[in-house]
Amino acid sequence: MSLIASTVEHATRSSRIGVVVIGVTLVVLALAPFWGERQTLRLLAEMYSFVALASLWNLLAGYAGLVSVGQQAFVGFGGYLLFWLVIVSGVHPVAAIFIAGPVAAVVAVPVAALTFRLRGAYFAIGTWVVAEVFRLLASQISVLGGGSGISLPAAAVIAMAPTRQAREFEIYWLALALTVVVLAAIVALLRSRHGLALTAIRDNELAAQSNGIGVMRIKYIVYVLVAFGTSMVGALIFLQKLRISPDTAFSVNDWTAFVIFITVIGGIGRIEGPIIGTIIFFVMRQTLSDLGSLYLLIMGAVAIVVMLWAPKGLWGLIAERYGWQALPLRRHLVLTALDKKAGSTP
Amino acid sequence: MTEWLNVIMQGVLIGGLYAMFAAGLSLIFGVMRLVNIAHGDLIVLAAYVALTVTQTFGLDPLTSLLFVVPAMALIGYALQRLLLNRTLGDDLLPPLLVTFGLSIIIQNGLLELFTADSRKLQAGTIEVQTFQVTQGVWVGALPLIQFAVAVAVIGGLQVLFYRTALGRAFRATSDDQSVAQLMGLDTRHVFAMAMALSLAVVAIAGVFLAVRANFDPAIGPARLIFGFEAVIIGGLGSMWGTLAGGIILGVSQAIGAQIDPGWQLLAGHIAFLVILAVRPQGLFPRVSG
Repeated sequence: MSLIASTVEHATRSSRIGVVVIGVTLVVLALAPFWGERQTLRLLAEMYSFVALASLWNLLAGYAGLVSVGQQAFVGFGGYLLFWLVIVSGVHPVAAIFIAGPVAAVVAVPVAALTFRLRGAYFAIGTWVVAEVFRLLASQISVLGGGSGISLPAAAVIAMAPTRQAREFEIYWLALALTVVVLAAIVALLRSRHGLALTAIRDNELAAQSNGIGVMRIKYIVYVLVAFGTSMVGALIFLQKLRISPDTAFSVNDWTAFVIFITVIGGIGRIEGPIIGTIIFFVMRQTLSDLGSLYLLIMGAVAIVVMLWAPKGLWGLIAERYGWQALPLRRHLVLTALDKKAGSTP
Repeated sequence: MTEWLNVIMQGVLIGGLYAMFAAGLSLIFGVMRLVNIAHGDLIVLAAYVALTVTQTFGLDPLTSLLFVVPAMALIGYALQRLLLNRTLGDDLLPPLLVTFGLSIIIQNGLLELFTADSRKLQAGTIEVQTFQVTQGVWVGALPLIQFAVAVAVIGGLQVLFYRTALGRAFRATSDDQSVAQLMGLDTRHVFAMAMALSLAVVAIAGVFLAVRANFDPAIGPARLIFGFEAVIIGGLGSMWGTLAGGIILGVSQAIGAQIDPGWQLLAGHIAFLVILAVRPQGLFPRVSG
């Protein structure tokens, strides 16, 4: 009889390569202010925001099974909170981003308590109603311009950095850092005990529950954490735009339709999906944007085709065919025979 | 006092329209557990079909229903057979995302064809006819017709569900799809018939919406939300509950608008959230079991 020791490993050969590639890419991107034009920086920062938003939505819908079409509620909330803190309370804009996260998490608790009463697809529309309520309430805030919105005062903008270039660099690095932190937090969560539970819920909710996972509790936690992150990203997006209005802050097209498109195309329920999806989305946007509303029409059609014929998205196709993973998430058992080792020692 | 009576009367009458938005949504959810995110955009599509028909043939809006209702029913049947049947299954995501994509396609398709300009259907003199209910309380002829039609539609659906062979097929598939299949029902056809019926109701709702107020390609999602709120307020699975839900939503909005025009939509949403908080099963849920 041979004794066997087992350990659980996350990394595979592809994930080791993946981590190196990601590391090098991050260094190159962090140095972008030294090689990129102003336009490139703006575009990249916008892409980072979408990677973060889509990754958060992916955690919510892809893993926890909470398909929300109302995440614009928290994007807009973060944006409005930043403008409120800067204009009314005189807080530094960067500090306001860090306040937006925890405040949104607190707001998310009663929102979850209400919307979780709705099941499945009705939950989706319920979250949309909440976002509409947020939008209508925001248009009642007369200090922030009511329905027509407001710009960030010049004094607050100058307080961030003395020159326009310094400010743009600062926002660029903030966007990159925030997205890296969001992604790292999601990876850490998925590698933890809760991550195993989340993956189980993703694969089969009923089976997960019967194995003793507190499904509702985990969903609750994920919803609140996602609100935390989404709101910080929202605050940063509107700090970059320097202007906010209820319709742009709570836009279902910008913050939900695009985000869902990115996640579905890239691969829902996989951490790499939103990154691939964002690249595809921006390539499509840069090449098709001359077509106006026709471009959105094409996007909707592509999303339907992918959902029906490649429901795991582009990364899902690659991962299934080659067994790749860019980040060390999957668990696999490594077995080593103990008696052999024991035999070698005298 | 009579001012408030008027407000509540207006709210009740528009509640009929909301109930029609809701009936189609509730019908397909009942039969195949599908929540159609494009429902509101299909209502707007029906309005544009009616606009095209009335302009091309010089028909009045109510007569155009003779064309719009079968046309939308046909679209519904084809949509279900060719697209939506493929999405049904245990997974919640495909139907939700496919109908979300459909919503974007319809909105932008209409934008491409008809531009973003506001349109309205002209119904002629009937639009301005009113009569007095009691001292100081007036009711428009058109809202009254629309409410009566809504009641008739809901009553008709109720009869269809519980008195006809098609209704039996709907209920059987709703209760247990695989047993229904074993009994010889072609569920793909049953689902397509349910969607056809849903879009026939959508067609009526769309025409009345278009006569009543201005519309443009972007107003669909808000109609979906009104319909959805009426369904949840009324209680899942109950047709008459849906009518009550529509009326409660309409009256809340009317009262909100009377207090402050900016509060019209907010008051409706708040009524919905309050019901969700205190009575999540809705006011008149179908007796389960």
